[in-house]
Amino acid sequence: MVPLSYYLVLSGILFACGVTGFLIKRNIITIFMSIELMLNGVNLSFVAFAAHWHALAGQVFVFFVMVVAAAESAVGLAIIIAVFRARETLNADQLNLLKL
Amino acid sequence: MLHLTLFLAFAVVAVAGAVNLLAQRHPINSALSLIAVMAALAGEYLLLGAEFVAAIQVIVYAGAIMVLFVFVIMLLNAGVEERTNGSRVAIVFGIPGMLIGGVLVAWAVLRSSGGEQVAIGALPGPPAEIANLLFHEFLLPFEITSILILIAIMGAVVLASKPQAVQKRKEH
Repeated sequence: MVPLSYYLVLSGILFACGVTGFLIKRNIITIFMSIELMLNGVNLSFVAFAAHWHALAGQVFVFFVMVVAAAESAVGLAIIIAVFRARETLNADQLNLLKL
Repeated sequence: MLHLTLFLAFAVVAVAGAVNLLAQRHPINSALSLIAVMAALAGEYLLLGAEFVAAIQVIVYAGAIMVLFVFVIMLLNAGVEERTNGSRVAIVFGIPGMLIGGVLVAWAVLRSSGGEQVAIGALPGPPAEIANLLFHEFLLPFEITSILILIAIMGAVVLASKPQAVQKRKEH
């Protein structure tokens, strides 16, 4: 038996690591990976709550989060490729113009 | 006791991977540590009795999505990230801010729900029951996600194709 709060703290730590990476990283691919880390942290809390409340809907929600994450990463990586083609850089500090 | 040991083992792997993601400066190392985090989380899902979620975590997340990431890193030949003034400011303010926020959240969670227990294996999560939920109660969101995936595929193709190709397609 593992207390629910342990799972929540682990999910909070993963989410905090994701936010920190989002803030301190300068490579847009790594920033994007930090977003995936945040989604994973949220998924863990969904599954932990599903087990705690005996509600399978939590696991269905994790399924939806994964579907949206897959769509998001496909579009996001395509945007990164387009930006790299136009600006020849992956550094977020140098991407300061909206036009290509 | 065994469950707690396993939980702690997977949690240590997950947190170490997450911290390594922040510490590494080359994107490919960050991507590989993110795969380690996802594999450890699949173990946590198994401990919670969610076999289906653990399976799709490995197949979809650690498999498909991370392969896409590694593929793009290799395609764009991404190098070691540069340090700039902006990143120094972000480190100075970002890390202490996140530590304070994390400690506050952990304190609140541990204080408010300390005694409750997750009964391991009490919730059988067989794919049949999840499918039952998915195709009855959540049928509309499920169909909407299929449209979302379709739009994402088309958007990715349009965005990633070369500008000349798009021009040619317009002329035809």
